[in-house]
Amino acid sequence: MDFPLIAVLAATLTIATPLVWAGLGAIINERAGILNLGIEGTMYAGAFVGFLTASASGSATLGLLAAIIAGALAGSLMGLLTVTLGVNQHVAGIGTTLLLIGACDFSNRILFSAGSQAVTAKFDRLFAGTGFFAQYPMTYLAFLVAAPALWWVLRSSGFGLRLRAVGENPEAADAAGIPVAGTRYTALVLGGALMGTGGAFLTLSLLGSFTLDIVSGRGWICIALIIFGRWKVWPVVAGALLFGFADALQLQLAITPQFGAVPNELLIAFPYLVVIGALAIWGRGVRYPGAYLVPYRRA
Amino acid sequence: MTRGPSAHGASPRWSRRVLGALGTAAIAALVLSGCGGATGADPSSDSAASDLPLVFGAFATPLEEPWDGAIHAALQGAADDGLIRYEHVDNLATADDMERALRDIIGSEDPDLIMGDAFAAEDAVRAVAADFPDTAFAFGSGGAEQAPNFSVFDNWMQDPAYLAGMLAGGLTTTGTIGVIGAMPIPEVNRIVNAFIAGVAETNAGATVTVSFINSFFDPATAKQAAEAAIAGGADVLFAERDGVIAAAEEHELPVFGMMVDQQEQSPDYVVSSLVWSMRPTVEAVVADVVADKFAASNLAEFSFMINGGSFLAPLNTGTVFTIPSELTTLVDERQGAIMDGSFVTIVNEDAPAGSTTLGE
Repeated sequence: MDFPLIAVLAATLTIATPLVWAGLGAIINERAGILNLGIEGTMYAGAFVGFLTASASGSATLGLLAAIIAGALAGSLMGLLTVTLGVNQHVAGIGTTLLLIGACDFSNRILFSAGSQAVTAKFDRLFAGTGFFAQYPMTYLAFLVAAPALWWVLRSSGFGLRLRAVGENPEAADAAGIPVAGTRYTALVLGGALMGTGGAFLTLSLLGSFTLDIVSGRGWICIALIIFGRWKVWPVVAGALLFGFADALQLQLAITPQFGAVPNELLIAFPYLVVIGALAIWGRGVRYPGAYLVPYRRA
Repeated sequence: MTRGPSAHGASPRWSRRVLGALGTAAIAALVLSGCGGATGADPSSDSAASDLPLVFGAFATPLEEPWDGAIHAALQGAADDGLIRYEHVDNLATADDMERALRDIIGSEDPDLIMGDAFAAEDAVRAVAADFPDTAFAFGSGGAEQAPNFSVFDNWMQDPAYLAGMLAGGLTTTGTIGVIGAMPIPEVNRIVNAFIAGVAETNAGATVTVSFINSFFDPATAKQAAEAAIAGGADVLFAERDGVIAAAEEHELPVFGMMVDQQEQSPDYVVSSLVWSMRPTVEAVVADVVADKFAASNLAEFSFMINGGSFLAPLNTGTVFTIPSELTTLVDERQGAIMDGSFVTIVNEDAPAGSTTLGE
């Protein structure tokens, strides 16, 4: 059997897609000085609310819209806790994740007691088969629209400049007339919307159904990718592709006869070993945003 | 006149402390609201039904997980049929949670029988059972029974797995079949190995690829594993885990479901499903409890197809592809042999290879 390299590369893009969406959201948050550990829960909320809406309306587009709103609301909650109330960002983020996952699981049980249920509509691949371009629309949007747009916004727009100013030195930004709290709220809402979109990719593109633990730690992987990518768009995208490639490769090698002697446990651990290795090499000596983790209060 | 901070009300520092306290309280409330298992009580547990035995379900996972969901469904069905009173608690994710819940249940409810799964908390569950020898325990377990009051069961589904394998072997045109499972543990291995043995009966030269995703709940990875199998040439899939049916539907391939009849998920492509019915196990244990003759035993036989504990769901006659009648005849004959005891499906709990070419 010839090794299906093209299929592995195609799977790389698919696996990386939710990481790119959520990773871009995390970049916006963290460049504003907020570590958002609510990312896992926000993706979960996007996955569930998107599924719920698509299931009820029969429209994947409406489902995606609802997921974006759910993500934005989750970002607002993080804003309330970390910007307005000044709560420790680690505690606020983990609390948000636990709350959102618990609320979604509870709602799922109330509404779908029979368990997993297929949605009536999901986004189809643009091209059939296992070829490189057989991808979902949300994959094309992530790589060709969202990532370049955020790169441009952070680099060249006034909002990007204000975002970075607030994340690096909020006192100076405040003195310059930049609304620190408003900018951070905006960052959390926008970032949450992107994270919700990443979660919705799982239910509205990949699977067409919702099951418990559907995000399965992808949000936490994004936290590592942000440090690996040093809060820059293209390195984060590259990190997501690296993880996606390692995961796609191990899935293919696991059923390739020539690799039959390699322990399954080692293959499954391979993508995570790659991330740890990449962090060990490129994650050392990183310079965090100047106001990272620090709530801002005008003196 | 200069006014001090107190004249305006709270000082900035005081305000920050108040806000911080409020925020911490909010977080605590949020976390508490998001944690913990759910409990449920059946309506039949009122005084009118108080003569019925009280059975308590104690589950390590949420009920949405298919394995515990099958136990819960059987107990709920028994309660609906008036055989038992039934209450349950789920999501006892750690050994500490399970042990604390079991001791609370016995102290407050004094049930006649507790059923659940002990895989993640074997020592804790067995310790509680030893402390309360007058309470009957019947738990899913990879270990042996423990006298005097701890019985064990498991999902012994090798028979329907064999029959599904026969169908898969007859349906493949590429000669390659993909299996996607949770992890190489005995209860998964024996199902996968029986499926492969079934393939061998109808397609002696076929190749079966087996992917493990190392998780019971990761449908996205399961789907990617199915995509890898398809890229490797598979044109029939066995979905030991959720997520695979979505891949089969996208690629328009036959697929077999697991635990419950999953035909509804993809009416055009799900050929059949391996179904686990805990009802025979529940009825046997409850009968012993009612007759006051419960003793620790291995309840495995009650999950065998010959006792109605597992079966192959009715073949889907609405698939977009044709299932040859010669193939269904062969499967019917083999099922008959299983039911009359003239054929015994192999039980092999060794981890299957990632790729097995039969006949080599």
